[in-house]
Amino acid sequence: MATTLAKAADGTGTATHAARIEHVSKSFAGPAGPQLVLDDISLDVAPGEFVTLLGASGCGKSTLLNLVAGLDRPSAGQITTDGRPALMFQEHALFPWLTAGKNIELALRLRGVPKSERRGKAEELLELVRLKGAYGKRVHELSGGMRQRVAMARALAQESGLLLMDEPFAALDAITRDVLHDELTRIWRETKLSVLFVTHNVREAVRLAERVVLLSSRPGRIARQWTVGIEHPRRIEDTEVAELSVEITEELRGEIRRHGQH
Amino acid sequence: MASTDTPPPTREAGDLAGLEAGLDALETQHSGRTPWRQTLTQKVLPPVVAVLLVLAVWQALISLKIVDDPTKLPAPADVWHVVRDAWLQGELLGYIWTSVSRGLSGFLMALVIGTPLGLLVARVRFVRAAIGPILSGLQSLPSVAWVPPAVIWLGLNNSMMYAVILLGAVPSIANGLVSGVDQVPPLFLRAGRTLGATGLKGTWHIVLPAALPGYVAGLKQGWAFAWRSLMAAEIIASYPDLGVGLGQLLENGRNASDMAMVFEAILLILVVGIAIDLLIFSPLERWVLRSRGLLVRG
Repeated sequence: MATTLAKAADGTGTATHAARIEHVSKSFAGPAGPQLVLDDISLDVAPGEFVTLLGASGCGKSTLLNLVAGLDRPSAGQITTDGRPALMFQEHALFPWLTAGKNIELALRLRGVPKSERRGKAEELLELVRLKGAYGKRVHELSGGMRQRVAMARALAQESGLLLMDEPFAALDAITRDVLHDELTRIWRETKLSVLFVTHNVREAVRLAERVVLLSSRPGRIARQWTVGIEHPRRIEDTEVAELSVEITEELRGEIRRHGQH
Repeated sequence: MASTDTPPPTREAGDLAGLEAGLDALETQHSGRTPWRQTLTQKVLPPVVAVLLVLAVWQALISLKIVDDPTKLPAPADVWHVVRDAWLQGELLGYIWTSVSRGLSGFLMALVIGTPLGLLVARVRFVRAAIGPILSGLQSLPSVAWVPPAVIWLGLNNSMMYAVILLGAVPSIANGLVSGVDQVPPLFLRAGRTLGATGLKGTWHIVLPAALPGYVAGLKQGWAFAWRSLMAAEIIASYPDLGVGLGQLLENGRNASDMAMVFEAILLILVVGIAIDLLIFSPLERWVLRSRGLLVRG
């Protein structure tokens, strides 16, 4: 385990930024001409930093994540990342024709890990997400929370310094989501990964992140940022988490209200 | 809490692991195998009852003299005697093997041609625009229509039979793969791309396995079309040198005005077609669907 994790940390050690987003804009073709979705976004994610992108619908947070993942190109500006980032989706996106273990091994294989090492590494990663016995399980045999943990293990298998997460826990029930918050925090602290986490859930953002970035909607602009200094382990019901959440929610509501005034 | 000396991180980790194990246990569903008695009453019994019912009606038509002309409708027993005699003379397996070996080798050729063709149509936009509609249109053309030109081009021989099988089965197989590829969820493609599966790697690791259910459905239909095309070819182009397959058997029965033999041939064509499907294609399809959790038991 230690070797896998140390290597992941090394990848980010050399670069000064896990991701650097410089004056990025993105517009899509709409019925009434091009529609600006992201407007002049500049954001750095430091190595080992946990940043959440928070915003209401239409703020382009998923679009921004796709741009960082390299799945789409910005209309203007530049994005540099340290290697190809790993990406987790709201749906687990595990391949149903492979077992949990083989899903992870595919990520290893595509990264060029020799065959003899794949099985051992996959089992290490499953152990990291506490699914030791799940190697031979099919995706449909796993619960929603277990699937997201396998998806996390598969993302970690890419040994990218940067993990992008697109509302990965939004479809889970509250109890499972809470447990996975703890799990993600634990893994982030153990692996020293950089995480860029998109959500519309203020408490989730505060509970997880070192820095919360609020995006305004239509077009998405960075409205405000907060540094979260609350000690880990955090709980969703902690007063400090609640207080900051109230403050951020007020700001978010203000942003949303502006759209009703036209 | 103040009385415990355990450092918080360890306690947290222990709590979390236990919590997670509990959640996993609560949310995992266990599914066992269906008991054999249930399989018997739900899967085996209904078709047996249906067949017995058809036989009973058939026998009733004869016994009650509703149809009283053996050249129009032979009795079930007469058909059974013809089948039994063919078996005892050692000819029955010969008929079946002639047709089945033709059908399966024709199908394998269709597989070898249809698969890359389907992939090409699915993945290359120009090819799809050019021949996609023709390929789906060909499925609605009865393959018996190909028999006369095939006889003229190739003569009365096995090549002509294979040509007709190919024209019947290739479009089904190719179309199955095309619809399989079309139905691959875009999420899988995105997930594959972030893992580094692009281009040919993406096709091999993501697109093809994701398209497998559609492809297998195409194979199943391809076999049905291959078998139907072959029977049409054998009936129309029956020629002694080609050996007697099931289609020729039917044609021979007609020429001899032997209705029992005609029924024998029809029965065998049906049984063999169903048997190949039950022995090869249905298990293949079930395996693919079940391993992906797409088959609801019950």
